[in-house]
Amino acid sequence: MVDTIVFLVAAVICLTGALGVILARNPVHSALMLVMTLFGVAVQFVSQEAHFLAAVQVIVYAGAIVVLFLFVIMLLGVDTAQNLEIGVLPAQKWAALCFGIGSLALTGYIILAVDNPVTGRPGLGGAIDETANVRLLARSLFSNYVYAFELTSLLLVIAVIGAVVLARKPAKELPDEAGR
Amino acid sequence: MIVTTSWYLVLGALLFIIGGVGLLIRRNPLIMLMCVELMLNGINLSFVAFSRALGDIGGQTVVFFVLVVAAAEVVVGLGLIVAILRRAPGSTADDLSVLKG
Amino acid sequence: MVELVWLIPTLPLVGFLFLLLAGSRLGEPKAGWLATAASACSFVVAFVVFLGLLTRTGDNRSFEQVLFDWLPVGSLNVEAGFLVDPLSMTMALFVTGVGTLIHLYSVGYMHGDPKFSKFFLYLNLFLFSMLMLVLGNNLVITFLGWEGVGTCSYLLISFWHKKDSAATAGKKAFVTNRVGDWGFMIAMFLLWSSIGTLTYTEIAQSSPMATVTGTAVSLLLFVAAAGKSAQLPLYVWLPDAMEGPTPVSAMVHAATMVTSGVYLLVRMNHVLTSDALIVIAVVGAATALFAALAAVAQQDIKKVLAYSTVSQLGYMFLAIGSGAYVAAIFHVITHAFFKALLFLGSGSVIHGMHDEQDMKKMGALRSLMPITAGTFIIGWLAIAGVPPFSGFWSKDEILLAAWEQPNIGPILWVVGLVTALLTAYYMSRQVFLVFFGDKRWDDGVQPHESPWTMTLPLCILAVAAAMGGLLNLPVVADWLYLEHFLEPIFSHPHHFVSSSTTKIILAIIAVLAGFVGIGVATAVWLLHRVKADRLEPKVFENAMYIDATYSKVVGGVGQKAFEMISNADKKYVDGAINQIGKSTIRLGVMMRPLQSGYMRNYAIGITIGGLALLIWIVAGAS
Repeated sequence: MVDTIVFLVAAVICLTGALGVILARNPVHSALMLVMTLFGVAVQFVSQEAHFLAAVQVIVYAGAIVVLFLFVIMLLGVDTAQNLEIGVLPAQKWAALCFGIGSLALTGYIILAVDNPVTGRPGLGGAIDETANVRLLARSLFSNYVYAFELTSLLLVIAVIGAVVLARKPAKELPDEAGR
Repeated sequence: MIVTTSWYLVLGALLFIIGGVGLLIRRNPLIMLMCVELMLNGINLSFVAFSRALGDIGGQTVVFFVLVVAAAEVVVGLGLIVAILRRAPGSTADDLSVLKG
Repeated sequence: MVELVWLIPTLPLVGFLFLLLAGSRLGEPKAGWLATAASACSFVVAFVVFLGLLTRTGDNRSFEQVLFDWLPVGSLNVEAGFLVDPLSMTMALFVTGVGTLIHLYSVGYMHGDPKFSKFFLYLNLFLFSMLMLVLGNNLVITFLGWEGVGTCSYLLISFWHKKDSAATAGKKAFVTNRVGDWGFMIAMFLLWSSIGTLTYTEIAQSSPMATVTGTAVSLLLFVAAAGKSAQLPLYVWLPDAMEGPTPVSAMVHAATMVTSGVYLLVRMNHVLTSDALIVIAVVGAATALFAALAAVAQQDIKKVLAYSTVSQLGYMFLAIGSGAYVAAIFHVITHAFFKALLFLGSGSVIHGMHDEQDMKKMGALRSLMPITAGTFIIGWLAIAGVPPFSGFWSKDEILLAAWEQPNIGPILWVVGLVTALLTAYYMSRQVFLVFFGDKRWDDGVQPHESPWTMTLPLCILAVAAAMGGLLNLPVVADWLYLEHFLEPIFSHPHHFVSSSTTKIILAIIAVLAGFVGIGVATAVWLLHRVKADRLEPKVFENAMYIDATYSKVVGGVGQKAFEMISNADKKYVDGAINQIGKSTIRLGVMMRPLQSGYMRNYAIGITIGGLALLIWIVAGAS
């Protein structure tokens, strides 16, 4: 009973936020709607007993990424300049429509026509038992997925360097030839 | 009505679809990036649902990695957007058509 | 000693390569001596191999030496190999022997020519090709040599290529030979598809083919032989080939290349069917008569000999058609001797008369060119069939074989007899016009005898032409050396069935016909008793206008047909390929708008594509 209510409330929050992201005129509003969605998803994580992930979601996604978005929006001053104006390219509207309706139909079909949508099998991770979620996740991360873990740390370093290089102000052109 | 795995999967799918439609519709590059984040979130939700249904912690580990990579991606993406919009303020995704064939 | 067979064609090849690289540096006359030495060494090796073959007995006289597998394709294995057996060694011996003499002669004849070393280069290449032709152990090696001699013939005929007529003659020879080559190739294909092998030893042991296939193969091989050996209707290139230097005419178009057709048919005697043999005999006889008639009215000293060659080749095919292969080979050998002699003699005359070739401008040369005249007369007697010179024995054997031909023997014999009469007549005419009578040349021309390099071969050949009959005298069975030697080659050896009386009577009639011909010629040309005009109608001189007809047909209707085909090729075949290219470009132009450059359009592609893929997977799984 409680589960159902929690789910439904969180689902409403998620979907409202999502629709808000794509429909809001002001980018700042979009960002705030995104935060709402992220919180909703975190609640869903908790209800599925993925506690660590819920915490990380709030801290990293909502706390860092969206903040970063807001920084850039404010920095570039796009908050007032943009309007919705759904796409000049004519194909986009119809494509979006096709995609949306098609995907919805597919989802509906799968849910209704397929008995058990879960067709996969347990993989590398290791079974979920009575141990705490964090401990389980840590054990899996540092044994089975340790290579991926190291590589992602490398990825983060690369991303940082890349962002610094990309966002630099262009070097001042030396006044060499006359007239340049 | 108990909440089964399918409910979460539907929710994840809906988030994904909404993100996808937004990506196709909007022109502002920042909002397009936010729609990508929406899609990723939908996927994360599906992964966790499967992890619970199959009793395997691997699904959650993958979500962990998706989170990390999404963070890195946003960092670089925003750097790009800053670089582009600094040169041509007020440009949209449609103005970046130098690779026209 | 028979293992040395690979040296026989290699020596001229080495000579060719050496001259190719260093010929112009060697210059005259060293290039000539080098080529002659290569040829002479080849003859020596051929003789050694021949002796090695003689030490073996009867059925063991077949030695194959395989150098390497040339074309192993599926079930067909074509080797690069040589076959040493009586037939190939007979051919190799006289090819190298006469070839060496002609090389020596050319040193004198081509003196002063700016392309001296190139001439010997071509001659050595020709010798190599001819030796590959006769020594090869399968049809493909023979074909290699076949094409090689055709090419060398073209190169040598148009040796003085700045002269238009020479260049055209070379082309004509090559193109006409090509028609024959077509026959050769189709015959090879048919032969392989029905027997499954192209090697001579295996063909000789194979079971007979279906009659239709066998006749087809035989006739196609005869087409090839007709092209190379200038039979009707493919003879037209040989009279024009006289544009080449006289040693070429002697070597290529008298002694060696033109006999390769005869060699081919004799080698393939196992597959020739009796129906095809009749056709061969008829065509051979017809050619012999036709060419003899044409020779009667020629004015050029070399053209007479050219038509004479065609006629004598006709005799050889007549022999083959009557089943007497040994007689054909015998005539090949004797013909090589006396025809080369005659050609070299005429070359000597031309050289002495400072390149005058019209017989009407010669006469009374026998005192001024005694050696040439003497040897020429011996050659004349040989070809006219006067005993005991070599030509009598071989021609007589052919006429006997023709008489015994089961279906139309007597008719063939009559044709051969008339041809013999005509042969005697026109050769006598030539001798009287050139060497006897009054001098008719212009003032300022001082005829002289030729140098020793030219007269020595003449003498050697004269001896051969005189004594060649000893190879196969039918008087006593033991003296039939050639026949016994060649016996292992044939699957159905030919035996003469007439009684001795018949043979003697036929021989006497043939000799009488020869004397009648000589007598008529004497009356007309030596004693001037009878007027010559009626004996030289224009029809004969232009060889029944066959050649002119070819030119009209091929040049007129043929030209139009070829142009039509060429245009159709340009329009349709090339057009189709171009259309493919153009349509590719058009397709690209149509696909261009896909690359709009807009990121969101590409996003469409990704999302819709992903969706489609998902739908497909779900549909496939359910």
